[in-house]
Amino acid sequence: MRSVAVVGFAQSPQTRRSDGTTNGVEMLVPIFQEVLGGLGLTKKDIGFWCSGSSDYLAGRAFSFISAIDAIGAVPPINESHVEADAAWAMYEAWCKIQTGEVDTALVYGFGKSSAGDLRRALALQLDPYTVAPLWPDSVAVAGLQARMGIDAGLWTERDMADVAVRSRRDAETNPYAQLSGSKDADELLTEPYLSDPLRKHDCAPITDGASVVVLAAGDRARELVERPAWIAGIDQRVDSANIGARDLTTSASTTAAAAGAGVDGIEVAELHAPFTHQELILRTALGLGDRVRITPSGGALAGNPMFAAGLVRIGEAANQIMSGAAERALAHATSGPALQHNLVCVMEGR
Amino acid sequence: MTAVEPLSAPIELSFDYTRSLGTTLSRFMTGLAERRIVGVRTADRRVFVPPVEYDPVTLAQVTDFVDVGDEGVVVSWTWASEPSEGQPLDHPFAWALIRLDGADTCMLHAVDVVKDAMRTGMRVRARWAPQRVGHIKDIECFESAEVANPLLLGRTHKVDDVETVTTPITLRVQHTASRQETSYLLGLADGKLLGQRCPVCEKVYIPPRGACPVDGVPTDEIVELPDRGIVTTFCIVNVPFYGQRITPPYVAAYVLLDGADIAFLHLILDCPADEVRMGMRVEAVWRPREEWEPALHNIDYFRPTGEPDAPYDSFKEHL
Repeated sequence: MRSVAVVGFAQSPQTRRSDGTTNGVEMLVPIFQEVLGGLGLTKKDIGFWCSGSSDYLAGRAFSFISAIDAIGAVPPINESHVEADAAWAMYEAWCKIQTGEVDTALVYGFGKSSAGDLRRALALQLDPYTVAPLWPDSVAVAGLQARMGIDAGLWTERDMADVAVRSRRDAETNPYAQLSGSKDADELLTEPYLSDPLRKHDCAPITDGASVVVLAAGDRARELVERPAWIAGIDQRVDSANIGARDLTTSASTTAAAAGAGVDGIEVAELHAPFTHQELILRTALGLGDRVRITPSGGALAGNPMFAAGLVRIGEAANQIMSGAAERALAHATSGPALQHNLVCVMEGR
Repeated sequence: MTAVEPLSAPIELSFDYTRSLGTTLSRFMTGLAERRIVGVRTADRRVFVPPVEYDPVTLAQVTDFVDVGDEGVVVSWTWASEPSEGQPLDHPFAWALIRLDGADTCMLHAVDVVKDAMRTGMRVRARWAPQRVGHIKDIECFESAEVANPLLLGRTHKVDDVETVTTPITLRVQHTASRQETSYLLGLADGKLLGQRCPVCEKVYIPPRGACPVDGVPTDEIVELPDRGIVTTFCIVNVPFYGQRITPPYVAAYVLLDGADIAFLHLILDCPADEVRMGMRVEAVWRPREEWEPALHNIDYFRPTGEPDAPYDSFKEHL
């Protein structure tokens, strides 16, 4: 295996509504300039480009092709795309570097959720024969999952509120966060339900945003930054699409991905949990002890740019290594309803 | 350039997906049309409802179909206080995971109930649609099985196998034009063709783009272009299609305006299709001014000017 590291990360502000197009160009141009400029690179130095986005969200066909204008893709570039969170685009880029064909890759994700009705668009991820025709929205599916854990005695509404309070207070030091600061859990628990047992604070906000990560192999990474965030392990697994046949109170795919990535000695973990109870599921599935610092950025509950938020977790965790704040950090990304598909990336300083 | 509010407009995307069912889901949907709920038993004796095509443990194809009850128990639920378009009920209801009698997995559906009565463990039964076609919506919703069934349904008859389902999808998106597109579209509403120049490579794009595809930088300098130019390449349309407004044969061509570095697609009319050629000089024919909108269709079509053709070398970079 080639040693591959995250060497750069940038993100747009996470906002409730941006005034750009749904092809992301306006959000991407500044962050490409920031990340490449910071590394002293130009587009010619990038061997492979890979993006994550969704035409369902953009409401147009091949929106990711329009996004490529933000790169300046003449002469043609070596490029690919996933219709998933850009964390999976990073997985593809990591594989591409492993082939030896390229030494550097730039990975980006973008989503303008404000343009449409996110809850309805996400219903189209469900089984198209027996589930999606009923239009169960993403918050409802998460609500079914949350109640299962409450009924089973695995967590309480207060445990969930505590996650929201910690996330949004942590986000006070994150200049990119959409939401920051929080009332006490006691106060939050007096608020009305959005989709009982979920209250508004249990759900990630609707966010427009974009993110970008640069990967480099071996000596190239060492040339670019003093302290690369070396990828010690990366793996991704998926659970059944049949949500009625899954135990929704656990995340077998996260546990399997963690086993593949190797999660010993983690000091800090950036978890992609769009709902409060999902953080509780993930902590258990990953086997993270109480000493592990959870999602210091505030996470998806403070800002959830679709198709970019998972890659933000990787960037935030990488920053913990690159800055010297941590020796070993974990990033997690999720995709699909009720934590169906999960990716775990462990990074370390060397 | 001066800051303009980007143009924005709603778009509704809808499509009636017609999906082939295959043998397993055909059994399920045919069952629904007959007011039966069909599951399938896997090697470990678990009954999956809706039926799965392959055993998730052994990966073998499964064919041991069994009918399960149309009553069951609520395993989890959440409350939909504001139902949205297409959902099973138009008043507040519960979404529930329901384990039907005889099944080992849950089915996701709606329960028509007042909120105070909703609880995990509640017994519910299917409320069947009066007219059934072999679709998940043949079950309108579930309702409490703890009250008497008000609807005594007669026997159902065997129906022909259901082989497809139609599932309409509708999404509404508020589309926003980029700043550059906005200046271009507002220019068209005023009868002007406004491109933009890349500050790095100095190429002029019309329509202007959010970023120069060569250099990846936003374009800002507006360049007004004449409504005449050349045909770079073209095709003769002989195929009729839905919504066609001109009788074939006719010519769709890439038109490169004088001073532009990118061609756009438009129609070439007012001459026989077989006389159109690469390099031919053309000019815009505008619709009547009172019909102008912020759209390129303000130009009805292009027609030959009769000027000498442009030499190939002058436009070969734009093909």
